[in-house]
Amino acid sequence: MTNDMSQYPLRLEGEDAPMIRFQDVTKRYDDLTVLDRLNLDVAAGEMVTIIGPSGSGKTTVLRVLMTLERIDGGVIYVDGEPLTHMEKDGRLVQANAAHLRRMRGKIGMCFQHFNLFPHMTALGNCMEGPVQVLGLSKKEAEERALELLDMVGMAEKRDEHPSRLSGGQQQRVAIARALAMRPTVMLFDEVTSALDPEVISEVTNVIRALSEQHQLTMLMVTHQMGFAKEISDRVVFFFDGSIEEQGTPDKLFDCPEKERTQQFLSAVLEAT
Amino acid sequence: MSYLEFLSTYGELLAGGTLMTLAQFVLAALVAVAAAIVSGLMRLAPFKLVRGIATVYIELFRGTSLLVQLYWVFFALPLFGVSLHKFAAGFLTVGLCFGAYGAELVRGAVVSVPKGQWEAALALNMSPARRMWRIILPQALVIMLPPWGNLMVEILKGTALVALISVTDLMFEARQINSATYLSAQAFGTALIVYYIFARFMVTPMMRWLERIMARRIGRA
Amino acid sequence: MLQWKWDFAFSILPRLIEATGKTVLAAGGGFAVALVLGLVLALAQRTRFRPLTMVTRELVEFVRSTPLLLQVFFVYYVGPQIGLLLSPWTAGLIAIGLHYAAYLSEVYRGGIESVPKGQWEAAKAINLSAPKTYRRIILPQALPPALAGVGNYLVGILKDTPMLSVIGVAELMHTANAIGAENYRYLEPFTIVGLIFLALSLPTAWLFRRFDTVVRRKLGLIK
Repeated sequence: MTNDMSQYPLRLEGEDAPMIRFQDVTKRYDDLTVLDRLNLDVAAGEMVTIIGPSGSGKTTVLRVLMTLERIDGGVIYVDGEPLTHMEKDGRLVQANAAHLRRMRGKIGMCFQHFNLFPHMTALGNCMEGPVQVLGLSKKEAEERALELLDMVGMAEKRDEHPSRLSGGQQQRVAIARALAMRPTVMLFDEVTSALDPEVISEVTNVIRALSEQHQLTMLMVTHQMGFAKEISDRVVFFFDGSIEEQGTPDKLFDCPEKERTQQFLSAVLEAT
Repeated sequence: MSYLEFLSTYGELLAGGTLMTLAQFVLAALVAVAAAIVSGLMRLAPFKLVRGIATVYIELFRGTSLLVQLYWVFFALPLFGVSLHKFAAGFLTVGLCFGAYGAELVRGAVVSVPKGQWEAALALNMSPARRMWRIILPQALVIMLPPWGNLMVEILKGTALVALISVTDLMFEARQINSATYLSAQAFGTALIVYYIFARFMVTPMMRWLERIMARRIGRA
Repeated sequence: MLQWKWDFAFSILPRLIEATGKTVLAAGGGFAVALVLGLVLALAQRTRFRPLTMVTRELVEFVRSTPLLLQVFFVYYVGPQIGLLLSPWTAGLIAIGLHYAAYLSEVYRGGIESVPKGQWEAAKAINLSAPKTYRRIILPQALPPALAGVGNYLVGILKDTPMLSVIGVAELMHTANAIGAENYRYLEPFTIVGLIFLALSLPTAWLFRRFDTVVRRKLGLIK
């Protein structure tokens, strides 16, 4: 990364500091620029949904936040601290492994294909992180896991392996697994895209319940416009690696200003 | 001499050889598994030097003959001051040779664990070592067990070569009996059958059983 | 301690290089036997004549489950007892050829089974005879993908030729042993033999990998 880092603050402070800030974030794959100097703030407790055509970079936003991928320019802040960078001698430098591990603890993620660990039961999946990473005792971890499995309606299936669960059930376990790490930020990456239509509501109901508690900061990528409209505080429309338009769900869905947003929404509505 | 008479006369020798073959096989298999896991994982290391060392080991043992390796370890290595007893030289060389083949199985299996599993483990903030040990390796094990079943049979067969550095295994005894009696069909035929029974009715079923156990542990049975 | 003698190493090099030719010959001959016999074994397992299928299947299993070294001895010593006086070379090629034929038959079978069922049906629909279906439709599709597997076994056969030294085939290992015994020096001959095997097998393996990629690309299996 060759760009000058001195223009970026070392920390975000003050009452109105956002939970998440993308500042000039650029991400490239070879010649393809997937995020082009992206600027995006998400307030604490806010539920933001990202929509947009495929290839617009919306999933990349979540993946760089989870540090699954590096960024090529700019800075991401989480909870006031830089995520992709760290402070050293009063300057921002690339984050090292220890910093990334510490920051990652604030973030949880659910994936399109669940990615449950197939060799562990539903309960085992939810206990793995708390025991192995947070160092909880088995008993504590089990209590926490059972509470969460109960919350997502999967307590009865606690001893089943993922291969014996339906997609909707697997995704609910995956949400419990992520929550067991007590993150401040939750990322949902197309969590209903791989599901059969009849089980989608199992998962959206869980997410809705989470959003109503207003404790987590949530960032969601989805193709389900109805659901996005219903639960989001704000909807962001991505096009070609940057934000084309954003606003409250009512404004964005009912009276979008930009032509591309209108085209995208009408194409999506036609398809459903 | 009827076959029964042959067996009653030479059965004891052949049984002794069989036990030696069994010992060589078990020890060689342990060496191979250990060498394969270590070098297979080294091949995936982020450091070029570590990868390089593993690659040299793998290519060296896969690129030359087991028999050449055995002779080299037994006849040439002592000149470097490393003298191994023929028993140890036998199973160590056989184990290291097939460990080089196993390394590719380990590497391939680890690489073929879906990327989502790495990502989910990272999202749970697991350290690289924990990711490998708790998440990736258990799944890789299930993937690589079937080809390991074949490799185990190859290891068993490979141990026959230790007879050529005078380890008194089944092969060795069969050859002794042949040169003493010229009852070639009986001597070599019996040995063939014993190897066959070992491979087909012991090693292979045991590996299948392991596969089933592991598949069940992963919840796929 | 370490006592590598360069002059001795150079003095034995011509003999070892000459023997390398014999090793290559043994590998090539054994491979030729295995290629043909393997196909026979594969096709025999696909006939509708159950006894033939079962016997072949068992034979393949048996050969694959037992040590080549023992098979070499068996062929060489038991042959004469049933009236087959075999020279070391003939016995060696039969043993190693049969051993690898068993492996190759599995590779062929895998290739044949990977040809989609629709190809058989289409061949039947244009009324091709069974042999013609194999020759013109199935094998041309089955063999190229099997190439990588075949290549592995060519390298395998090369590395197994030293076992023929035990019945007196004067290939590399046999020559190295003889040199060692004559001079009471084993370090140089065995090390050089190891290096020669590396020099033979690494490029062969690499060539087959390249060849395999090229063929697959031609067939449109990969980009």
